[in-house]
Amino acid sequence: MLELIHDYWLYFLVGRYPEGPLGGLALTVVLASLALVLSLPFGLLLGLARLSPWRLLRWPVAALIHVVRGIPLLLVIFWAYFFLPSITGHESGQFGTMLAALVIFDGIYLAEIVRAGVQAVPTGQVEAARSLGLNYLDSMRTVVLPQALRHMLPSLVNQFVSTIKETSLGTIIGLAEVSFIASQVNGLVLTKPVQVYFLLGMTYFVLCFSLSRAAFWLERRQARVLKAAA
Amino acid sequence: MFDLNFLLAGDYRDWLLSGLLLSLQLMGITLLLSLPLACGVAMLRMAPSRLLNALGAAYVELIRNVPLLAHFLFWYFGAPELLPDTWKERLYAGNIEAASAITALTLYTAAYMAEDIRSGIRAIPAQQFEAGRALGFSFLATMRLCVVPQALRLAAPPLLSQTLTLWQNTSIATVIGVAELMYQTQRVEAASFRSVEAFVFASAAYLAVSLLIAGLAALLQRKVS
Repeated sequence: MLELIHDYWLYFLVGRYPEGPLGGLALTVVLASLALVLSLPFGLLLGLARLSPWRLLRWPVAALIHVVRGIPLLLVIFWAYFFLPSITGHESGQFGTMLAALVIFDGIYLAEIVRAGVQAVPTGQVEAARSLGLNYLDSMRTVVLPQALRHMLPSLVNQFVSTIKETSLGTIIGLAEVSFIASQVNGLVLTKPVQVYFLLGMTYFVLCFSLSRAAFWLERRQARVLKAAA
Repeated sequence: MFDLNFLLAGDYRDWLLSGLLLSLQLMGITLLLSLPLACGVAMLRMAPSRLLNALGAAYVELIRNVPLLAHFLFWYFGAPELLPDTWKERLYAGNIEAASAITALTLYTAAYMAEDIRSGIRAIPAQQFEAGRALGFSFLATMRLCVVPQALRLAAPPLLSQTLTLWQNTSIATVIGVAELMYQTQRVEAASFRSVEAFVFASAAYLAVSLLIAGLAALLQRKVS
């Protein structure tokens, strides 16, 4: 196993980077981070639309959320693969396809997190804001959302962990993220599949476990702060 | 242009239906195997021994923090190499893809279900457990006869939503070549060049089963609360 690490660690971490495109673990982290950052505003909009007092906005968004949650991410990736070129007019490549699929998929899941976060803010807060003369949108923006977002922080870190795990599906469309690179290494070495895939699993574990511990710590700290405030 | 009918006759229909059937079978077998395993892991995490608790926690964290795809790759390409030769031969002679897929799905699903069952157990008042012990039952007997049956009732809605996730996760088995719905969809697409129709069919099939499970979960939720 040490030999394996010695020979392939750089390839595993960045793929063919200086000579070719970025790959490996670095690409996994970049893709997951970008996906989370881009899906946040999207999820926020969808979540607010789902809660909005206007039926015409609420219903189509609810339908969209139900449909996307009902199909596997793999299918969302294939839809993106076939539809993106016809919308944008040019080939989007594996990275673009994967990023688009993740933003849509995570945005939908974030919408539900946003909804839960907003619903956790006591209704008295909205009523207070409205009675001060703020309209619906202003009371959301200045009173409800800042409180809701703080509650959502642990869920967001957990969502990041999920996103990292989801990027592994990029392998199926040939994106050179860390799982794909591991399969390449396995093809080059041929005799050590157990070691190669064990290392892959451990790599994900170290990354995701430390993040989920961070979420746990945030949750605990928040509970303490809330208790102290009460 | 868009013509779903040609999928609903002849070879393509048979491929898609066999894929759908295999996906459903994967879900069913995984459910049957992962529920008892999940109960076992949840019990480990509640057991009166530090060592057993740590064992249960290690299982859950090790499995949950690794993507399902990596589990599939390990159980398909790696794990069979560890078996003694006679076993290996027998495995390769049989349906190794399905066996690996079920192993990966079962271990993965059980880690999530164990947490749902554990929170179900924690919601049962401690007096129930104490009463069982006071009647002279052992830890295991108290759990089995008194606490777990009540906990499973409470855990039913989250377990169903876990089943929903399991249903969607079966699609990832396509990476190791299990001929389930996603695999057959790609096969039809490659043979007919009708990508939109093939993906519409797959989406509708996944969605229909998902909505069915979600409906069941909503029904149960109302019954429990």
